[in-house]
Amino acid sequence: MTAGPTDAGAAPLLEARGVTVEFLTRAGHAARALDGVDLSVQPGEVLALVGESGSGKTTLARTLMGLQRPTRGQVLLEGRPLDYSARGLRSYRRRVQMVLQDAAGALNPRQNVYESVAEGIRLHGRAKSDDQGRSEAELVAAAMSDAGLRPPEKLFLRFPHELSGGQKQRVLIAGALALRPELLLADEPVSSLDASIRGEILALLLKLRQELGMGVVVVTHDLGLAWNIADRIAVMYLGRVVECGTTEEVLIAPRHPYTKALLSVVPEIEGLEPVVLTGEIPDPTRIPAGCRFHPRCPALADGTAERADVAGACRTEPLEVLPGTGEHRTACHLDRVMSSTPR
Amino acid sequence: MTETGAATELLAMRDVRVTYQTSEGPLPAVRGVDLVVRRGEVVGVAGESGCGKSTLVSTVLRLQPKDAEVEGAVEVLGDDVQTMKWGDLRALRWAGASIVFQGALHSLNPVQRVGRQIAEPIGVHEPGLSTDAVDRRVSELLEQVGLSASRARSYPHQLSGGQKQRVMIAMALACRPQLIVADEPTTALDVMVQAQILDLLRALVRDLDVGLMIISHDLSVLADICDRVLVMYAGRVVESGTAAEVFADPKHPYTAALSGAFPRIGDQAARYSPGGLAGDPPDPRSLPDGCSFAPRCPRVVERCTSAEPPLADVGGRPVACIRAGEP
Repeated sequence: MTAGPTDAGAAPLLEARGVTVEFLTRAGHAARALDGVDLSVQPGEVLALVGESGSGKTTLARTLMGLQRPTRGQVLLEGRPLDYSARGLRSYRRRVQMVLQDAAGALNPRQNVYESVAEGIRLHGRAKSDDQGRSEAELVAAAMSDAGLRPPEKLFLRFPHELSGGQKQRVLIAGALALRPELLLADEPVSSLDASIRGEILALLLKLRQELGMGVVVVTHDLGLAWNIADRIAVMYLGRVVECGTTEEVLIAPRHPYTKALLSVVPEIEGLEPVVLTGEIPDPTRIPAGCRFHPRCPALADGTAERADVAGACRTEPLEVLPGTGEHRTACHLDRVMSSTPR
Repeated sequence: MTETGAATELLAMRDVRVTYQTSEGPLPAVRGVDLVVRRGEVVGVAGESGCGKSTLVSTVLRLQPKDAEVEGAVEVLGDDVQTMKWGDLRALRWAGASIVFQGALHSLNPVQRVGRQIAEPIGVHEPGLSTDAVDRRVSELLEQVGLSASRARSYPHQLSGGQKQRVMIAMALACRPQLIVADEPTTALDVMVQAQILDLLRALVRDLDVGLMIISHDLSVLADICDRVLVMYAGRVVESGTAAEVFADPKHPYTAALSGAFPRIGDQAARYSPGGLAGDPPDPRSLPDGCSFAPRCPRVVERCTSAEPPLADVGGRPVACIRAGEP
């Protein structure tokens, strides 16, 4: 058992403030992939960003990584805005690393394991600056051991096609770990892996947090994964965070109809009555008026919102951006009425 | 199971063995599998990469590679697929049974409208049909899988992952097969789209009274949709039973590991403690002595390595583990 490190008073390691990312589509329309996101990650915290395809969770991870510049808003590391110069990004990436989705595709097929893991070490001159004076080979071996690739020397000369799916994912994690980052961003780290390997990789992330104090932001559509490893959860829908709180709050006592629907379709034998939403997240060039979820909202469709006298607000009044920290909150007109009514 | 007998058995596999001839020697991918799918029934096969489940699927319509040797019987609608004449096999494909392959999202032709692609097998099987009749059938199929008929004019890149999977299912239904095999139909999809596709498959089985065989590495998906589930490891079935039994009360340690890999939300034991299984499946060319799961098994004892355990009755269902009955 690992206790969550969330300390209310501590300064966030990484923060997003009012982050908006717009793209121009080929037809010339502005698509708003992120529409004002506030988020903060404490040192050593495991935060899960969850949502369907099109919710903006991967764009947010890319923006936190500095791969995508926000159209408006800021990303801050320990309170200082991210410097997007080549030099600024290089020093940023020594501290914040990313593991991409699709381990098989992310490794260079013509590069052996040693070269793959050593690449970041060389790029950042990590061997020259090591406080224990370790050589490149020692650093590669140490990162591989940390990622559970043991004994590392036996795997140095293997090529990606000679590795199993779990081993490939570990090589990617080792490459990120070699730089001793304070935060690791992992985009769907286990979605392409077999069920039996999935647990191993998730346990590895928890172990790295425990031993190295590393924080993790994990992007996933898998709520079971969040239940396994996350301290906090931010649920995203169409470029906004619509519910956030501790894992227990969000998954045991969800308050946003979208979160409730997502939870209800997690395959299980017994459980909630499944609420299968029709359709998919709308196109970000046409964000619905009012609450962005209202066209698919089961609580609006079944009259619950009407009875609570908020249906008009759902259709016309936009909701404010949720703050990135603090208590369990939702961006939902209905929930605002329900939670303020004494029960 | 209300009926037995050959008439209701759309698919019957008896002691199926598939061996690939490789440069490094024979590779037994499937080692004696028995499986039956009846009309109106959903049967799931669970297991991880390399367990032989996709090879098993390929034998249903004799689609296995040339270097694969198949033993045992694979009967579809009562006829042995592996020995039937080429012409009969051609008639059976699409119209008797069809397969929705894994990675379907990338297997649509990117430069052809999806309506044309759905029409293709119809044209092959019913060459006399007029263009209008084919178009009508394509429209019906699209609506049957929850898409609007106007989608026939879309190209694959204009569709989302879930919509492409619906097109693949429409194509599988095009020639009104009685048996449908779906290999990992929801693997690359989001939870909500996965739920939509599972709902669709369930409705099709109910409305069309077909049989469905579904392959997945995710036992929780199978538990959700299947009547019966078989769990495969290293080419053999290690446990089978009703979906509820297998998922909620796994008897084989491998099934337990698969079941534990996807936690039940709310289960405090799974908080900060992801379930899993160390190690990789064995190389089929050099299987370990005795039980092939023994090297990864948390319950292994010395006698496990003496002989491969047969499927034996444990609490009313077949389990291949000598310790399954022990507390």
